[in-house]
Amino acid sequence: MTDARDTTHYVNPAPFNPIEDEVLTPEQERYYQASQWQIMWWKFKTHKLALWSGVVLILFYLCVPFAEVIAPYTPNTRDSEYLYAPPQALHFFHDGQFVGPFVYGQTSEVDLTNMKWVFTDDPNQVQPLRFFCFGTEYKFWGLFDANFHLVCPAEGGTMFLLGTDRLGRDQLSGLIYGARLSLTIGLVGVTISIVLGLFFGGIAGYFGGVADSLIQRLIEIMRSLPELPLWMALSAALPVNWSPVWIYLGLTIILGLLDWPGLARAVRSKLLSLREEEYARAAVLMGAKPQRVITRHLLPGFTSHIIASATLSIPSMILGETALSFLNLGLRRPSVSWGVLLNEAQNISVVTVYPWLMAPVIPIIIVVLAFNFLGDGLRDAADPYK
Amino acid sequence: MLDYILRRIITMVPTLLVISFLIFLIIELPAGDYISNQIAALRSSGEASAVAKLEFLRAEFALDRPFLERYLIWVGLWSGPHGFDGLLQGNWGWSFEFNKPVEEVIGPTLPMTIILNFTTILFVYIVSFPIGIYSATRQYSWGDYGFTFLGYIGLATPNFLLGLILLYLFNRWFGLSIGGLMASEYIDQPWSMGKALSVLAHLVVPTIVIGTAGTAAMIRRLRANLLDELHRQYVTTGRAKGLKERKLLVKYPLRMALNPFISDIGNLIPSLVSGSVIVSVVLNLPTVGPVLLSALQSQDQFLAGFVLLFVAGLTLVGMLVSDLLLAVLDPRIRLGGRAAS
Repeated sequence: MTDARDTTHYVNPAPFNPIEDEVLTPEQERYYQASQWQIMWWKFKTHKLALWSGVVLILFYLCVPFAEVIAPYTPNTRDSEYLYAPPQALHFFHDGQFVGPFVYGQTSEVDLTNMKWVFTDDPNQVQPLRFFCFGTEYKFWGLFDANFHLVCPAEGGTMFLLGTDRLGRDQLSGLIYGARLSLTIGLVGVTISIVLGLFFGGIAGYFGGVADSLIQRLIEIMRSLPELPLWMALSAALPVNWSPVWIYLGLTIILGLLDWPGLARAVRSKLLSLREEEYARAAVLMGAKPQRVITRHLLPGFTSHIIASATLSIPSMILGETALSFLNLGLRRPSVSWGVLLNEAQNISVVTVYPWLMAPVIPIIIVVLAFNFLGDGLRDAADPYK
Repeated sequence: MLDYILRRIITMVPTLLVISFLIFLIIELPAGDYISNQIAALRSSGEASAVAKLEFLRAEFALDRPFLERYLIWVGLWSGPHGFDGLLQGNWGWSFEFNKPVEEVIGPTLPMTIILNFTTILFVYIVSFPIGIYSATRQYSWGDYGFTFLGYIGLATPNFLLGLILLYLFNRWFGLSIGGLMASEYIDQPWSMGKALSVLAHLVVPTIVIGTAGTAAMIRRLRANLLDELHRQYVTTGRAKGLKERKLLVKYPLRMALNPFISDIGNLIPSLVSGSVIVSVVLNLPTVGPVLLSALQSQDQFLAGFVLLFVAGLTLVGMLVSDLLLAVLDPRIRLGGRAAS
């Protein structure tokens, strides 16, 4: 203990280590040696809402490859006994006895005053659901026949958990199959928009000058145009006699065609700032061609930003497809997407009587919300050093 | 200021030209045209006399000319079958489907479109401004969380679905039809107090439906901007010197946060106009939306082209107004001359 009056010089007996302060703890070492993507992942993990949104989206996207197996019916299976049948509630207990998940069978009779079928639950008909079972036949991926399902109705029974439409087609199966087109259209559209955005933004940001101001003007004009009316006009131009696949591809191109200006602008401003970095200048001085400088030196610097902003523009594409199909300008039966399903709900008097036709609204809202949260999280994580 | 306005308006001219070209390109994309499709249909049923008449009409509307010439004739920069007679001369074209000039087909819907978009923008301003300030000044309060949550829902719900849901709920709960823009007894009646009130009442739902997403976005933006300002040192200094909270807020940070608020409205206008088109279709409002849809479906090209141009023009005017507002508010832009444009 040194006293205030103690004037003797104190020397620490421990040996002096000049780099003591610079020695890193194992965690710090891990942090400094981690790659950019690793750090982004750590940062992203702390954003719980975004993480869970990602999980939800993965669950939804499982419907894309496995729609046939998950859905109890095929989307175009018609059951003429059950036109506009209401959703069957899922029960677990019958007469106080645990049966497992089951539905009550429905009996129908005609209501002649309102000219519609009235369905009532029949408490004597207990129809337990079957799991990992064989039911409606389908062509898996359009390639080979199969009839395996995760869940099927009881033998001779029905299972319309979300009701049926005008032709007795199961809504739930429609939603599961519809996810296939609705969810992928955003991804393909965004890919197209990224390619266009990188191309135009890259030219504008790297070369500058006349090309830059021309592209800038074009971006400004495109951004001042209302998207939806133009989407409508473009998709009305798709020939009616095209096959569903071509219509689908055409739609993705249309959606991507009007979406790139935002991305191009981001790419341009990022390029402008990165171009001034020393490593980029060094590459130019060493004689690298523009293409190599852009793709090898500049692109990796803002890939994360592009991914984040692309994620944020997927929902608008999903909504665009929904709107177009809803208006009869996009996909049509036999293709099934959420917009196509909503098309049935276009007539308000039908919706008032059969409200379950609006079911596709729910997955759409969930997916759009999830993409927004995920995009927000990615955007925050894209700048891990902040 | 006058100088700025003038310069800003002049820059709109080339923009409009490019847009009109793009639009003409789009409406000409489908194979054939309205009349040649009719000719093909008549040929297959073997009516030769009608075919001759339609051929005459094709020449009359210059549909037999090359693409660029057709475009210039449509705009009125090239001499067509009747001399210079295009958009610039005030001829909006001919609607084949209705067999009337475009002017007569959509004339009545234009004021309604403008009114609807105007009230929507007003709604976005009026609602998002106080809520944005509230959320920023009382950050992390229950009110703030509530509005943030509502905002997310508003952003995620596509406006036409919201319209559909509201339509259903109103029908269900009040037995009320909220479609249309006025009660049915006023349709085709001269303007009166009752009619005006009815239109106002019917405007409420579409305005909310179209404006929700925009309002949510604006609240988020204003909140973020204002929060940035409120954490500046000059605010702390002002507070330390005993400035009243209210004055402290209104005098500087709010003015700073107002600029992006106004200019963002300009960025928002395209999506608002987009929304008004589809919501009009869902709610059956007599605006250009339903006209555009039917024109596109029947390939009524001049009608569709004009509606598209009108909608784009509306957006441009909206952005112009928001730019001018910004210039009024911010002397740096008004006096900045070249730097601003």
